[in-house]
Amino acid sequence: MNLVIVDYKAGNVQSVMFALERLGINATLSCDFETIKSADKVIFPGVGEASSAMAQLKARNLDKLLPTLEQPFFGVCLGMQLLCQHSEEGDTDLLGIIPLAVKRFETDLKVPHMGWNQLEKLQSPLFAGINEGEYAYYVHSYYVPMSEYTIAQTSYPEPFSAALHYKNFYAAQFHPEKSGPAGSQILKNFLAL
Amino acid sequence: MLTKRIIPCLDIKDGRTVKGVRFENIRDAGDPVELAKWYAAQGADELVFLDITATNEERKTFAELVRDIARHIDIPFTVGGGISAVADVELLLQAGADKVSINSAAIKNPKLVHDLASRFGSQCVTVAIDTKYTEATGWKVYTRAGTVETEYNTVDWAKKVVELGAGEILLTSMNNDGTKAGFALDITKAVSEAVSVPVIASGGAGNMQHFVDAFNKAHADAALAASLFHFRELEIPDLKRFLKAQDVDVRI
Repeated sequence: MNLVIVDYKAGNVQSVMFALERLGINATLSCDFETIKSADKVIFPGVGEASSAMAQLKARNLDKLLPTLEQPFFGVCLGMQLLCQHSEEGDTDLLGIIPLAVKRFETDLKVPHMGWNQLEKLQSPLFAGINEGEYAYYVHSYYVPMSEYTIAQTSYPEPFSAALHYKNFYAAQFHPEKSGPAGSQILKNFLAL
Repeated sequence: MLTKRIIPCLDIKDGRTVKGVRFENIRDAGDPVELAKWYAAQGADELVFLDITATNEERKTFAELVRDIARHIDIPFTVGGGISAVADVELLLQAGADKVSINSAAIKNPKLVHDLASRFGSQCVTVAIDTKYTEATGWKVYTRAGTVETEYNTVDWAKKVVELGAGEILLTSMNNDGTKAGFALDITKAVSEAVSVPVIASGGAGNMQHFVDAFNKAHADAALAASLFHFRELEIPDLKRFLKAQDVDVRI
């Protein structure tokens, strides 16, 4: 399989590459238009701050390319948020692929939401073989509210979108590459879509 | 429900795991990658790797080891020790670390916390605070591997680094470290209540009840221990079952 990871200097690229390597997949890291367009599947990782990430994408014109892709696409963590319309983080306009807004946690609980929390109401082949209530690793201060595109939810303390599905775009707020065997299974499920 | 985290800490010197008792008497407890894989399989929620000689000896951190660890384990880990510049952090994050922990460098140059948070995001910036209580001074922050007292009161310093962009506090009580008499509950609670970010309790874990107290009495979000785990005096699956039975939410 020709799997391409979008290269825009995102922080967790190496972890995603290693997680795929553990599944026996050698992914190509690239920001080249033709390489990305011809991929069977695309993974879009991301950690860090939304406006700097958007600046990195724009510097490579990836903000023009990514919305036009038609193959199965998987955004992870900030890579999920960037697919949306707008983020409260730095009042940033995002890629605008999924018509949703990204908000900051307003809660008495600790922010960032950091650690292992449960995946619930799983409703996608992305979660084949994953039990309701399975734990996944999160670290984020902004979130996507529940929506018609939500395919899994997590509560902190209110339910938010743990994962999204919109057309060919799949996305997870948690880090499958850091979520132990369950996370590996979710990556494997994406590869099988 | 977000669970409380159990974090084994691996002190690293020359690529090997060691543990200082009260920062002295270093003993060898094995190969870091093997130990890391074993802990991940045991149910550790996260790992911390501290290059303990880096600050004193001004030597570069251990990016190659970090890459090796990232290649083999599938849970998050934090690395620290001798980090003093944005470039150091970039190297470690590129190697596959999830978070970095800074200590002395933050004291020397608090703006570094801000620079790291704006460049890489608060979520990967842990500020480690070594604290020590004396009757004369109260809980003071210490620097340079716990050898030098600073002007900072511990709660004030914690609030300051969070304002600067720290996403997590790793709080080690030097009075408790190595004693196995339990975590410093008072200062852990004071810091946890003073800041909005997660706090890791560290120093003094000796038995399972100590972890319950760190979570239930001191409101820590995570608890860290080293030799207790390395020498298998306490096994993580037993600890988690105990915590669950005491109504502490943990990932089992």
